[in-house]
Amino acid sequence: MRDWRYRFAEQRGTPLAVAIFLVMFVIYVSNHPAGFTANVVQTAANKGVILAFVAMAQTFVVLTAGIDLSVGMIFILTNCLGSYIVTGSMGTAALGVIGVLVVGLVCGALNGLIVIYGRLQPIVTTIATGSIYYGIALWLRPQPGSSDDFNSDIADFMTSQLPGGIPMSLVALFVIVLVVWLPFRRSEVGRAVYATGSSEVGAYMSGVPIRRAKFAAYTLSGLLSAVGGLYFTFITYSGVASFADGGTYTLYSIAAVVLGGVSLFGGVGSAVGAIFGALAFRTIGDLIFVFDLEPLWQTLFQGIVLLLAVCIGSARLFQVRNRLELFT
Amino acid sequence: MDAAVPLFHVEGVSKRYGGVRALEEADLSVYSGRVHAILGENGAGKSTLIKVMAGVVAPDKGRMTLEGREVSFPDPAAANRAGVVCIFQELSLIPDLSVADNIVISNPPKRFGLIDRRAQRRMAEEALARAGGEDIHPMTPVKDLPLSRRQIVEIAKALARQPRILILDEATSALTAADVTKVFAVLKRLRSEGLALLYISHRMHEIAEIADECTVFRNGRNVATYRAGTKTDNEVVEMMIGREYSHVFPPKPAAVPSDKPPILEVRNLSWTQRLRDISLVARPGEVVGLGGLDGQGQRELLLALFGVLKGVSGEMLIDGKPAPISSPRVAKSRKFGMALIPEDRKTEGLMLPMAVRANLSFAALDRLSSCGVIDRPAESASVQDMIKLLAIRTDGVDIPVGSLSGGNQQKVVIAKWLMVTPRIILLNDPTRGIDVGTKQEIYQLLRKLADSGAAIIFYSTDYDELIGCCNRVLVLYDGAVKRTLVEEEITERALIASALNIAADQGDAGIRPAVSA
Repeated sequence: MRDWRYRFAEQRGTPLAVAIFLVMFVIYVSNHPAGFTANVVQTAANKGVILAFVAMAQTFVVLTAGIDLSVGMIFILTNCLGSYIVTGSMGTAALGVIGVLVVGLVCGALNGLIVIYGRLQPIVTTIATGSIYYGIALWLRPQPGSSDDFNSDIADFMTSQLPGGIPMSLVALFVIVLVVWLPFRRSEVGRAVYATGSSEVGAYMSGVPIRRAKFAAYTLSGLLSAVGGLYFTFITYSGVASFADGGTYTLYSIAAVVLGGVSLFGGVGSAVGAIFGALAFRTIGDLIFVFDLEPLWQTLFQGIVLLLAVCIGSARLFQVRNRLELFT
Repeated sequence: MDAAVPLFHVEGVSKRYGGVRALEEADLSVYSGRVHAILGENGAGKSTLIKVMAGVVAPDKGRMTLEGREVSFPDPAAANRAGVVCIFQELSLIPDLSVADNIVISNPPKRFGLIDRRAQRRMAEEALARAGGEDIHPMTPVKDLPLSRRQIVEIAKALARQPRILILDEATSALTAADVTKVFAVLKRLRSEGLALLYISHRMHEIAEIADECTVFRNGRNVATYRAGTKTDNEVVEMMIGREYSHVFPPKPAAVPSDKPPILEVRNLSWTQRLRDISLVARPGEVVGLGGLDGQGQRELLLALFGVLKGVSGEMLIDGKPAPISSPRVAKSRKFGMALIPEDRKTEGLMLPMAVRANLSFAALDRLSSCGVIDRPAESASVQDMIKLLAIRTDGVDIPVGSLSGGNQQKVVIAKWLMVTPRIILLNDPTRGIDVGTKQEIYQLLRKLADSGAAIIFYSTDYDELIGCCNRVLVLYDGAVKRTLVEEEITERALIASALNIAADQGDAGIRPAVSA
């Protein structure tokens, strides 16, 4: 019983993100003209998972008390690359998918190496590398487009409805959580990531492999950004080097992470929380649609909801009787 | 000592930090099955020596041998692998991870490549039991534990690494007397199991109890090694400070008459479950001690007086008038003139990367500025006065305060508050982890401040200090004042007995009956 409570306290942010998402999603479907149907869910899921993947990517780095401003640009680069190499037969397309993921991984690893061995601040490093990644994307796809033999079958499948109306994109998200996040959470390097973010000095003094932890975090961040980029390709059947999209996804990934209860100071939070933070953040945009408001209002509402959610998250501070605890 | 081969041997090790010589040709031999104490003032080189031994800093010169083979440790992990494990003064625990996560952090048990939580839990429980921390739940996040419990976790963590040489650097400084007894039992068992223990402490009676041999360091050199018990305390202290050691505590003046109006009067102060119905009075010229075991509400009482806590009930009068103190900013204002010297100088007392000058003038900035602009000449003058008054040893006022030694850092914290010329001075265990010489200077300063008309409320975990400095001591137990000891009633026996809330010494003269809860 006590153990259970400790485990719950450790994950405090996640249920809040789930609750915010559920409330908004219920408002959304109950006001949607079509109601709660498989098609509505599928469309929402396809849009939501893209940000969910990028938010997951951001989570790894934020847990180390860093920040990755290149996630959006890796996302755009892999989107453009996907429109070139996910082509031909199922076999060659699968190779293309692997190629895209490897490129994302390499981009992330590069970030990690610069942060670790260049001893540069993560924020500056990733602004710089992000610009480079965007430059490559621009070289690949200055205009929207895709290869003539782009394999749309794989794209259709990955965004389809499975029997029972379950969207394939959610299954993909679930699988990624299962094969990436859960093992990470229970691995030695995963714990090292949490330790590094919580107290780097303490981690060093305890002989924790800090470099390996950071390298893993940035590399996984690159990989997950690439998964997001790939999904973007699957949904749009094309790639385009949109600087605005890259910037937006980067900033939204940070918003989603915060909504999901991941501490920007590092060491606290979970990718599952960040995923629900991303889904909730996405639903705000959909709400604008069902209430038939000016799309211009979308960012305004997203901002308000983000502020409110963060306020709820810090409501416990009102109960603090010792003011020194406000600062820890 | 004898002809046995040392398990670990350090020879001719030197280390400089910038222009400062921290270690100068230091030698040390550590043997299996013995407790070796290292003594010395802060800045004598003890910390640097153990950092070299534990792989935290690389020496400029010198060699180390383990069982006769030369070794070098590029990082703490390498030292751990060789069996050298250090419990540092600055805790190395990860605040957001659980106790169990922390205990196994450097080598978690694994199954199929993933951390085996059940095995981890078992290892953590075993290690906690060995370190005398059975009461700590392995899943508590470390940040939720009080300092003394964290130190137990730190010891448990070291034991989980199966050390051959265990280094304890002020490992007991945050522990209560009961915890120290438990830890000593553990250390004695480890000694009989053949471990080599290196023990660094400022508490002489602890060293007397546990050490087999002692080495004294001064100015980066080992000046003497002797078998424990062959030197008197005075001889040892003289070796440490290199000067005559006498009159640790300044003489107390005659008691302040009880009809003198108090500066500070507190009636029936309570806060959540942690403080219960506390009343106290402090008159100008008095040093009022807070005693008792660690964590009985002393820290909270000081914070409550200083306006840090919310929802405090009861009355507080300053100069006989109600004082609504709602924040430290109000508390330190000219009207109330309070100062709090905090417990943890590194986080609550100082901005470590900032210059000595800036740190000294923080609390008094409003007095040193006109229209929001800091008057630099006035600031420099007061800063210089303070450096002189407290004899702070620093290479000028513009170096970061973090580069001073611990004792000098603590002097900066105290000086910072003296700059606002406070009338009520609250001190939260101000001499913890500080060398004898500096302690002595702080005692003299306290007496001087009291003599000049300030009222001082002084919490200390060191009974000698309460006996030597205080006119009255309030002994707290479970958030309430259990007993008030006045002048010659303040004896070690009375302090300990009332701290433990036992009436063992009812036979003594002048005992007031303990209030039952």
